[in-house]
Parts: sequence; C-alpha cells; structure tokens
Amino acid sequence: MDNERRQFLKQACWTLLGGGLMVSGALSIPGRAHASGGRQHLYVFLVDTNRCIGCGKCVAACRKENNVPQESYRTWIERYAIGNDGTVHVDSPHGGEHGFKPLPNAADIARSFFVPKLCNHCKQPNCVQVCPVGATYVSKEGFVLVDERQCVGCGYCIQACPYGARYMHAVRHTADKCTWCYHRVMKGMQPACVLVCPVGARMFGRIDDQRSPLYAVMKQEKLQVLKPETGNEPMVHYRGLDKEVR
Amino acid sequence: MTELMTQGFLFPNEIEVHWSLMIVLYPYITGLVAGAFIVSSLYHVFGRTELKPVARFSLVAAFSFLLFACTPLLFHLGHPERAFNIMFTPKFTSAMSGFGYIYSFYLLLVLCEIWFVFRPTIIAKAREGHGLAKAFYWVLALGSMDDSAEARALDHRVTTVLAAIGIPSACVLHGYVGFLFGSLKSNPWWSTPLMPVIFLMSAIVSGIAILIVGYFIVMKVRGTEPDEACLKSLYAYLWGFFIIDLTLELLELLTMVYEGEESWSIIAWLLSDKLWFSYTTVQMLICSGIPLVLLGLVTLKKMDPLLRNRLGLISSALILLQVFAMRWNVVIGGQLFSKSLRGLTSYAPSFLGREGILMAAILFTMPFVVMYVFNMILPLWHDDQPETNQA
Repeated sequence: MDNERRQFLKQACWTLLGGGLMVSGALSIPGRAHASGGRQHLYVFLVDTNRCIGCGKCVAACRKENNVPQESYRTWIERYAIGNDGTVHVDSPHGGEHGFKPLPNAADIARSFFVPKLCNHCKQPNCVQVCPVGATYVSKEGFVLVDERQCVGCGYCIQACPYGARYMHAVRHTADKCTWCYHRVMKGMQPACVLVCPVGARMFGRIDDQRSPLYAVMKQEKLQVLKPETGNEPMVHYRGLDKEVR
Repeated sequence: MTELMTQGFLFPNEIEVHWSLMIVLYPYITGLVAGAFIVSSLYHVFGRTELKPVARFSLVAAFSFLLFACTPLLFHLGHPERAFNIMFTPKFTSAMSGFGYIYSFYLLLVLCEIWFVFRPTIIAKAREGHGLAKAFYWVLALGSMDDSAEARALDHRVTTVLAAIGIPSACVLHGYVGFLFGSLKSNPWWSTPLMPVIFLMSAIVSGIAILIVGYFIVMKVRGTEPDEACLKSLYAYLWGFFIIDLTLELLELLTMVYEGEESWSIIAWLLSDKLWFSYTTVQMLICSGIPLVLLGLVTLKKMDPLLRNRLGLISSALILLQVFAMRWNVVIGGQLFSKSLRGLTSYAPSFLGREGILMAAILFTMPFVVMYVFNMILPLWHDDQPETNQA
C-alpha cells in the first residue's frame, strides 16, 4: 500500500511539475506590451459622416493608388437607412465604389447617411498581437503595417480584426489592408482617399500640427470611434457617428 | 454570385470565408492525438491494466496523428515555404507562435515514449533477424541491446515519467488550440474562456472514440475477439468524458442565451439558419443525444457482449462525427456571420483543390497508413510480439 502511494505521489509530482512549467511559460508571454513600446501614434484620421455623399471616389482612388485587387477593399462606404419603424437597412454594393442607387420607399426612411470605413490603425491592435511572425507591426510613427515579405498568410490577423478591415491579397497570398497611404504620407502628401474626397469628409494629419484644421477639431469637438468596447483604441475618429454603426 | 450567398449586410471583405476545411481538420486531428495519448497514459501512468490491449495501439495512434497534425495548416497557408518562420522568428504576443514549440516538444516526447515501450520488441527483432533486417532493427535499437530485467525496469520507469509529462503536454497542446479561437475578442462565437476546456474535453472524447472504432476494425481484420474488459472500460471513460464535454458545450450556449448580449441576435440567426443542420441537428441532437443514452445503457446495464459492442461502436462513430461537427461549427460557423452583426455568408468546400474535400480525406487517411506500416515494422498487438513487461 505504501509503495503504491509513493508511486502515486511520484507520478503526481511529475505531472504537476510538467504542468507548472508550461503554465509559467505561458504566463511569461506579454499581453498588451506589444503595441506601445517606444512608438508614438503621431497621426490621426477623421471621418465626417455628416459630409459624406457616398460618391465612391475614395474607394476608386484607393484601389488605383494601392493596386487593390477586385473584390477586396482597403476602404469602403456603408449606407445606413433607418426606417420610420426603426428598421435598419445597411448596404455597401461593391464597397460603394460606384456610388449608390437611390433607395426605394424613400418616404418610409427617417434618416439615412454614409459611413466611410478603413483600417483604424489602433493603438492596441489585435492584428499586431496575434501575428505569429511579427509581419504585422506598428511603425515608429504609429502606422499599422504588413510586411509582405514576412507574412506567412495564416489569416489570423484577418480573424482578429473586429472591423473587417483586412483581406487576403489574391495575388500575393499575404494579409493586406489600408496603410493610410504610408508611402505618400512619408513624402509629405495626403492619403489618396483624403485627396480625392470632394466634400472634405475625410481629414488626415499629425495630432501635434497646430496649423492643421484637424488639430482644432480633435481638441474641441465630441468625436467617436468604432467599437470602443474592444479596447483597441482606434486612431480613426468619427464625427456624427450614429448608434447603429458598428 | 456572392449576392446570392449572403443574407443581410456583411463588411465587403467578409464575403469569403478565410479559414477553410483544412482549419477544421487541424483541430480535429490534433484532438485525436491528445485523446489517444490520454488513453495510453491511463495504462502507463494510472495503472489501468484493463486497457493494456490498446496501450500500444493508442500510443502509436497518437504518434501517427501527430505526424499529420500540421499538414492541414501547410495546405492552408498562403506561404507554406515560410511556415518555419513561426519557430525561427516568432512573435510571442501571438498565441499561434507557440504552436511550433509545443508541437515539437510533444512529438519528441511521444517518439521517446514509443522507443522505450517498443525497445524489447526492437531488440528481439534485431536478434532474430538476418542481414539488412537485423541491421535495421539494430539501428532502431540505437545499438542498445540490453533487455535484462534491470534494463526493462528502467525502461518502465522512464516510460511512466514520459507518459506523466505527456498528460499535461497533451492538455496544453489541445487546450492551446482552443485558446487560438477563444482568445479572439473580435468574434463573439469564439471568444469564451470555456473554449480551451471544450476543445480539450472533445479531444479526449474523439481520441477514445477513434480507438474503439479502430480496435474493432483491427480485431475484425485479424479475426480475433476484442477484449471485453478493455472495451467496457473504454465505454465508461468515453461516457464520462462525453458528459463533461457536452455539459460544457451546453453551458457555453446557455451563457450566451442568458446574457443576451448584442451579439446574441446574430448567433441565434446563425444557429437557426446556416448551422441548423450541422450544429442543431448533427452536433447536438443526433450525435450527442443518441450516444449519451446508448453509452449510459452500455455502461450501467448488464447486457449481451454482442449488443453492448454494437451499441458502443455506434456511439463511438456518432461521437467522432459529433466532434467533427463541433470543429466545423466553431471554425466555419464563426466566419459565417459578419462582425457588423448584421448578416450571414455561406461556405461550401470544393471537392478538388489544395483545400478541398479530396485533399482533406487524403490527409486524414495518412495517419492510418502510418499505423499500418508501423505495425509491419513493430507489431502493435500482443500476440504478435515477444513477451514484454511494458505494454
């Protein structure tokens, strides 16, 4: 009996030791320390839903500027139509690239509006956290970017993004998404979508640029972000965001 | 075309399902590994001697499935040639980056345990063989031809230690696969702390079930009677673990229903529409309800062995299907609804192609081919091999 008990205890110790080692290994993995480490989030993007007319020029310009494959979208426009009875109709045909056809039964609609969407370049991005090889990373200026030479194409980041902003590039077979036109911004230009917007619904700039009209808006106005409950701290801010928008 | 496949509103990048049938197969095969290994450990560590007839079979089954656990991932990756970057340039904030290490450690451990368990057989084959066969088994024995009682006792001790380390490793391996899904807060169908535990329990259940089915098939082919005590024990374990597994699955659902968060409406729509057949009908009603009752009868009631084995076999086959349906409903189901919580998309795997049904069937068959070849080199069944004390 004693021998059996000794044997059992010995086995239990080994089991606990093995389990303990693994748990301690798992606990040593950092959680959210990945996002900030020495990087600054210098830029901010503002979308004014009160101004957007759903023309789709931004989507087309983005596709052309970044050679985005058909059926994939770095940016898109959603149209919301809230009926008098409270029903919500949302659509985004071809990402709004070719504009929107008028809705039938216009008399039954209480309010309608357009909401441009794009990568939020979050301060605490899920996509960066889950990338197993560090191919998705935060640049020193705070842009969330994908290194296509490193990406293994697992798609984990696509699943992790709560905004549906990522897709698998049909030609490169790597994850892809909006870069806020990093290549243009680093040369002192504006992102393509901002440049072509005919009504100024998209604004982009440095947070600390006091000469920019964006500076005053960011300081003085009540703005919203998408899905704040995720804790991702998006850097795309919205003016006039309706509660129905997710 | 895509307009017809979708209902409601989806973000434009969500029309296509990114994680395919291969990602369903990956946790399924990994689960079989963990389950089979647990059965082998029940004998080696916890001294359940009635499981001796399947002890070697379960260990080799775990090894064979383990060899192919990663292949579905390789077929899925956009750049499989960069797969090893996950180990060479890992980013440890990612749950996925640990897989290579956990997998490699576990494979090494199972390989070592197999070597110690089969050492007497390897030595005997090396002694009785001639020419190339003799050399082959000598190499397989790593030149160590000592099979004295002391050496065997040492082998036995090492095997016990390896099996004991293997239990938490198996739990980590499959709990980890559940964590891959459970830790994604972007997806309300996945994001639950119960996910790793559910994956682990369903892994154990599927491992036991495939051993029962495999044992029956092998005994039938060999024309020998299966060991009744062994089977009765396996049925009891299967029933017990299945009760826990099913309870957790239902608790997860109940929590979602009861909390009634914003996401519940889309999940309810998903379950009553796209997953009505695979979740509600297959996973929950047919493949859970029937085995639960049958295994209860098999375990608690005295009955004719023939009837008991038929009911046990039917239950095991249904449970294998239940766990596959569970993997499908988690992996595919979680991608069928939009993160806008306003619409559903569709997915049907193609038959051909890199991620098609045929390729999945081939990949799933490969572990059985490995087991067959293994059995030709080192017999898995006790009457085919020299008497040993180990297994």
